[in-house]
Amino acid sequence: MKCENKDVVIVGGGPAGLAAAVKLHQLGVRDILVVEREKQPGGILRQCIHDGFGLTRFGETLSGPEYAQRFLSQAQQLGIEIVPDTTVLQVSGDRLVTTASRDGLAQYKAGAVVLAMGCRERTRGALAIPGERPTGVFTAGVAQAYMNLYNTMVGKRVVILGSGDIGLIMARRMTLEGAQVLGVYEIQPYANGLPRNIEQCLNDYHIPLHLSHTVTEIHGNARLTGVTVSAVDERCRPIPGTEERIDCDTLILSVGLLPENELSLDAGVLLDPRTRGAVVDQYMQTSVPGIFAAGNVLHVHDVVDFVSLEAEHLAEGVARYLAEGGLPRCESCVRAGAGVGHVLPHTVSGAEDVTLSLRVRTPMKNCVLEVRQDGRTVKKMKMRKALPAEMIQVPLKAEDLQEGADLEVSVQC
Amino acid sequence: MLRTYTCIICPNGCEITAKLENGEICDIEGALCPRGKEYVTQELTDPRRNIATSVLLEGGQLPLVSVRLSGPIPKDRIFDVMNAIRPLRLKAPVHVGQVALPNVLGLGVDVLVTKEVAVL
Repeated sequence: MKCENKDVVIVGGGPAGLAAAVKLHQLGVRDILVVEREKQPGGILRQCIHDGFGLTRFGETLSGPEYAQRFLSQAQQLGIEIVPDTTVLQVSGDRLVTTASRDGLAQYKAGAVVLAMGCRERTRGALAIPGERPTGVFTAGVAQAYMNLYNTMVGKRVVILGSGDIGLIMARRMTLEGAQVLGVYEIQPYANGLPRNIEQCLNDYHIPLHLSHTVTEIHGNARLTGVTVSAVDERCRPIPGTEERIDCDTLILSVGLLPENELSLDAGVLLDPRTRGAVVDQYMQTSVPGIFAAGNVLHVHDVVDFVSLEAEHLAEGVARYLAEGGLPRCESCVRAGAGVGHVLPHTVSGAEDVTLSLRVRTPMKNCVLEVRQDGRTVKKMKMRKALPAEMIQVPLKAEDLQEGADLEVSVQC
Repeated sequence: MLRTYTCIICPNGCEITAKLENGEICDIEGALCPRGKEYVTQELTDPRRNIATSVLLEGGQLPLVSVRLSGPIPKDRIFDVMNAIRPLRLKAPVHVGQVALPNVLGLGVDVLVTKEVAVL
């Protein structure tokens, strides 16, 4: 088996991997390899043909494929090596990366490894919806791939379970292609997708959104013939007597995304049970020295621009790690306080600027975000609204921080 | 009359409350930037959307290629424009920014290819 040395091996050629590769090259790191399992780089953006990407990163609105192409063109111009159609089988704790392709197995000894594998969709199995097991039940991303990559329409009468952004986007996409989208059912009392997607994907097409409802049974032998939906109580338990049967041939699931971390676990990377992504310091370095993570493999993002920015920030950490043989110690923990679901990074040095990324647990209006260290307020921000669907970013200045004391972030009304 | 809008211009999705009199905005709050007011004004007079879809492709590595419009069109023309795009056929290779159909239905916007697809 061939074994080569590389300064950096990047696992995944989606938005995070491509942005990290381009930035690393700009920072003077030239010996880079991007490993991509699909035939074409670009990741999930290849099938996200709607517009609205790039406002933060490029100041204009682009479709997903165009957004990916910006980074891909740059990577190609810079001569960055991208190997498509190749799967990473293993990343070891000492940064030996094993890949498989039609050419066989290969190994790379990497100075640093960037984990950029993205995320997966939660499936029907994870929800344990009772009923038959007919065809016609798809996750939203799979339906999106069928329609936008393979030219295959998935159904005509559609029910959507879950109000995640991909489900909302698919409600509009299927309506434009002539399907009848009967409704979106969300178990929580609030929507999971971004407000602008509720507006332009559902309201524009008069597709109803039923909050505090879920699918409680699936009907059909060969093909789906219908679903039963029920209202749920405040603890998300179906309320007997509220069942309603809806005839449909397609059920789309948009019920959450899970970072894809099998390789990370193999490498000994410590995961956060809340984000299901790696525990990282402010340089995006995981618990294993020299292994870094950014993008949806680290925590699920709602806007790709922040994936790119995070990966570019990661690249700075990687370049510095390679140049200096290590990174400053990050010994102050960042904790999620009242109202906060999770916050990243998990540790900071206290000596340099850092941007925190967090999500609130429940929707709030007119609330106050506060970062405290050692009983002292480091930062206070008033917010008109805070939604679990929207990642909040909080830049902190080095001069406001101290070394050696933990931080806590809270969002309260 | 008070009306609330969810601005769709950027991911912030500002919830904007506008006080309207005779179809004119006399007071507006909730927008984080000036584009919020522009959006509400547009929604009042001439609501517009951009759309994205796909066009069949001959001889390419994919059976179809994604397209979008160069600018927004009146909301009530969305399905007309979909019908105008549907019969289009392109030949690979295609490139980002290539015009698949100029000035669709005379609305002053072009249908643009948004993906690089090489010959099979």
